[in-house]
Amino acid sequence: MLKRVHFSPSTLPFLLVAPQIVITIVFFILPASQALYQSFLLEDAFGLSTEFVWFENFTYLINDEIYLDTFMRTAFFSFTVAFLAMSTALILASMVDRIIKGVIVYQTLLIWPYAVAPVVAGALWVFMFDPTLGIFAYALNTIGYDWNHKLNGGEAMTLVILASTWKQIAYNFLFFIAAIQSIPKSLIEASAIDGAGPLKRFWTIIFPLISPTTFFLLVVNIVYAFFETFGVIHAITQGGPYKATEILVYKVFYDGFVGLDLGGSAAQSVILMAIVIVMTVVQFRYIERKVEY
Amino acid sequence: MIERRPITTFLAHLTLLLGVALVAFPIWVTFVASTHDAVRMTHIPLPLLPGDQFFVNLKTALTESISGAGSLPVGLMMLNSLIMAMMIAVGKISISLLSAFAIVYFRFPFRMGFFWMIFITLMLPVEVRILPTFEVVANLNMLNSYWGLTIPLIASATATFMFRQIFLTIPDEMLEAARMDGAGPMRFFWDILIPLSRTNIAALFVILFIYGWNQYLWPLLITTEKEMFTVVMGIKQMLETAEQSPDWHLIMMTALLAMIPPIIVVLSMQKLFVKGLTETEK
Repeated sequence: MLKRVHFSPSTLPFLLVAPQIVITIVFFILPASQALYQSFLLEDAFGLSTEFVWFENFTYLINDEIYLDTFMRTAFFSFTVAFLAMSTALILASMVDRIIKGVIVYQTLLIWPYAVAPVVAGALWVFMFDPTLGIFAYALNTIGYDWNHKLNGGEAMTLVILASTWKQIAYNFLFFIAAIQSIPKSLIEASAIDGAGPLKRFWTIIFPLISPTTFFLLVVNIVYAFFETFGVIHAITQGGPYKATEILVYKVFYDGFVGLDLGGSAAQSVILMAIVIVMTVVQFRYIERKVEY
Repeated sequence: MIERRPITTFLAHLTLLLGVALVAFPIWVTFVASTHDAVRMTHIPLPLLPGDQFFVNLKTALTESISGAGSLPVGLMMLNSLIMAMMIAVGKISISLLSAFAIVYFRFPFRMGFFWMIFITLMLPVEVRILPTFEVVANLNMLNSYWGLTIPLIASATATFMFRQIFLTIPDEMLEAARMDGAGPMRFFWDILIPLSRTNIAALFVILFIYGWNQYLWPLLITTEKEMFTVVMGIKQMLETAEQSPDWHLIMMTALLAMIPPIIVVLSMQKLFVKGLTETEK
């Protein structure tokens, strides 16, 4: 932690940490504790009076079928995005490992969606699937499928998943490449001498050895799908049709800023914070384990 | 690799080309749409090959106000995005460098307390505390200002951690030598620590610039005046009016303009980007 050789105590270190600490207190700790406090309040429809209701907002949420639906939908959405984005990236990364020429070219061509903002990614996909004009909607139409994500909830969910997955492949790809390339070549060679083919080698050597990275990416991808896909959803469906694509973060935003249900929105924020904290702890346990070995 | 079988190499290339096509197709479609005029973009099927209107659309998007975008030309929105991204990247790096320096090189009361206080910011993404943070910013009169857009996003645990890791790997002899030569703490910071962590700062800058440029929910809440709109927000505004008058050629031109700066940053500094990504986030 601290250097063996260090400077003597003075006021200087306080001045150095001051900017970071002030911003942390004003914009992180204060709002978070305010959310916690507000989640115990119930406000009337006109915002005139507030009442301290303890855990009523939470018990209401837990018993609210709409909230539970949103919760399940978010879980489904997150795991689907994580699975699709990670498996595509893993296939591509293991292919890059097999070739000799053009590795940098492929990497360059594959990583740029990382730089695209979620809401822009949403705009791109909504354009391609626009029911009247979009290229894919047109193609589906010619083979007799009537695509309209503005009316069909399942199609809306598919589109949101596709756009979110597309944006995340690049990130996973870079991590998988780094993991696969750090496997000692001697292990691969030894198993090849023992007669294991490429597929067998992948499942018995490569896949188990990159499992720490896979686990790390799983957490990161789920966090991504939970929070950062807000832009994608806001651009493509706005949570619709009939809440078919409303995930937890979207509901916090919608209930708080559109529905003006401050207590309910704050209670949802607190639940989300708890989820993030659990995931961060899990992630850190992983990092510690990695440092040990 | 072990065996050289042409067929597997061929299959590998084929899969990769398919992957590239999958990843690049949406961007290609965007580019094509931005090169046609309004009339062509209302006829199905839409074109798959570029037209000749690219520079006309570019000029329109950059200088004129497009319907629904809150009548601010995209050029000005990009300027806002640039200012925001730069302020976030530079701000995060500076305050993280300073606090990591204090935590590693000084013994002072509450040192660990401060460290943990920074640590918890890692756990609270903007999205989960939007409403109360919005209230704080509103009470501080920072709505519709660059300060309101950037300062609440500037505190960063990841950057502080990264610099702390780097400082810990710098040999103690450096400080001993510097002190023997009579250098004070700030002299040591500027002349030794900063130059030694130069590549890491650059790598982090790439990541943070993209992070700042792509911010969406926060600017959406903080800015109500059109003069402060960022380009990433502008696209959403245009999509909303696309229901009535789909100016897809201009919307896609705007999308292209919104993607180009971060993509250029990623591709031109690919090595630094990969380093920054795989090292800071682990």
